[in-house]
Amino acid sequence: MDPLILLFALGVAARLARSDLRFPEPVYDALSIYLLLAIGLKGGVELSHQPLADMIFPAAVTVALGFAIPFVVFPALQHLVRLTRADAASVAAHYGSVSVVTFAIASAYLERRGIGVESFMPVLLALMEAPGIIAGVLLARAGGLGGAPVLREVMVNKGVVLLAGGIAVGFVVGSEGYASLKPLFSDLFRGVLALYLLELGLVVGGRFADLRRAGWRLVVFGVVSPAIFGVTGMLCGTWLLGFSPGGAVLFGVLLASASYIAAPAAMRMAVPEANPALGISASLAVTFPFNVFINIPLLTLLGSTL
Amino acid sequence: MTMQTHHRCQLTIIAEFVLEARLVALVKQLGAQGYTVHEVRGGSFSTDGERHREGAGDTDRTIEMKVICERATAETIAQKVLDEFAQHFSVRVTLAEVEVFRPAKY
Repeated sequence: MDPLILLFALGVAARLARSDLRFPEPVYDALSIYLLLAIGLKGGVELSHQPLADMIFPAAVTVALGFAIPFVVFPALQHLVRLTRADAASVAAHYGSVSVVTFAIASAYLERRGIGVESFMPVLLALMEAPGIIAGVLLARAGGLGGAPVLREVMVNKGVVLLAGGIAVGFVVGSEGYASLKPLFSDLFRGVLALYLLELGLVVGGRFADLRRAGWRLVVFGVVSPAIFGVTGMLCGTWLLGFSPGGAVLFGVLLASASYIAAPAAMRMAVPEANPALGISASLAVTFPFNVFINIPLLTLLGSTL
Repeated sequence: MTMQTHHRCQLTIIAEFVLEARLVALVKQLGAQGYTVHEVRGGSFSTDGERHREGAGDTDRTIEMKVICERATAETIAQKVLDEFAQHFSVRVTLAEVEVFRPAKY
């Protein structure tokens, strides 16, 4: 069993047992900054080894899919989950955007099994952060809802800056320049990810009460949506984009994951009418564990048969 | 020796963390000469269920902003904050009389 998963489960259990264990907010912030930057830097270095032209089409498809997902899930959220327009738009934005930690766990899962992936996957991750959020805002605005303009905030939120910035720095300095940073950003990566997952488990454990209020329909959505988009992404990665089996699995995970850092803050400002607990509880307390425990292993298994 | 003091109002705004930048811009625009902000935690025990804001993620974080100013300015800020944010965000506003030593600062 993967220690990362066990530490996440420990966090959930500790929270449910009402332990006083908690990470100070600055530590949580620092861990997420480290993870975003490490993924960006490593992706940039890998990218410096191959022609950029290879990723233009996948990049365009990624942005298009990230933008399209909220429009696909929005009617389901309105009519099947029975959310108001504001709530449906907000939750849809969470599912159009991505979870960096789910991506990191999937990458680590594939790496442990010796399954290679395309080197530009972190670029696709960075590209998929913002379009879903913008689509969610448009869905709310179309119904006459919405508050402050958020385009600038979305484009320069810390996730995008650290990922895209890390990729740019990694790309410029290449393997040689990265060598001096490798002990911190590569060798310690899994250890820091483990700490982050322990903290995330504590947060998830505290979200179950919100989930009970949100109702079973949202829980079902939180499982069905990533299951469908995971397979869609994997098939799209294989047949449309010509990815390797590992790359296709990781692309499926990108589509399946839901944001719980960038989207909640952006949607809180952009659509203040929406209940912020719905999106974050569904993405963090349902979709994240579903992806980690079931979807990633299942997609990997499925990927090996394609 | 008794130091001379002057009366001012201290406006305390407890609000969601995501509002910080907008609150800072607002109090500046309405004439405050400065502000302090720090993070806090808390919750409510209303009849429709307990809710706690523990700082787990940006939408769960809470700030407390303090502005010391003339009463008229404080009331204008309080009204504007309540008008603009109280309907959809968690916001609490209180006003207290304080004594300051350097009135020109406020």
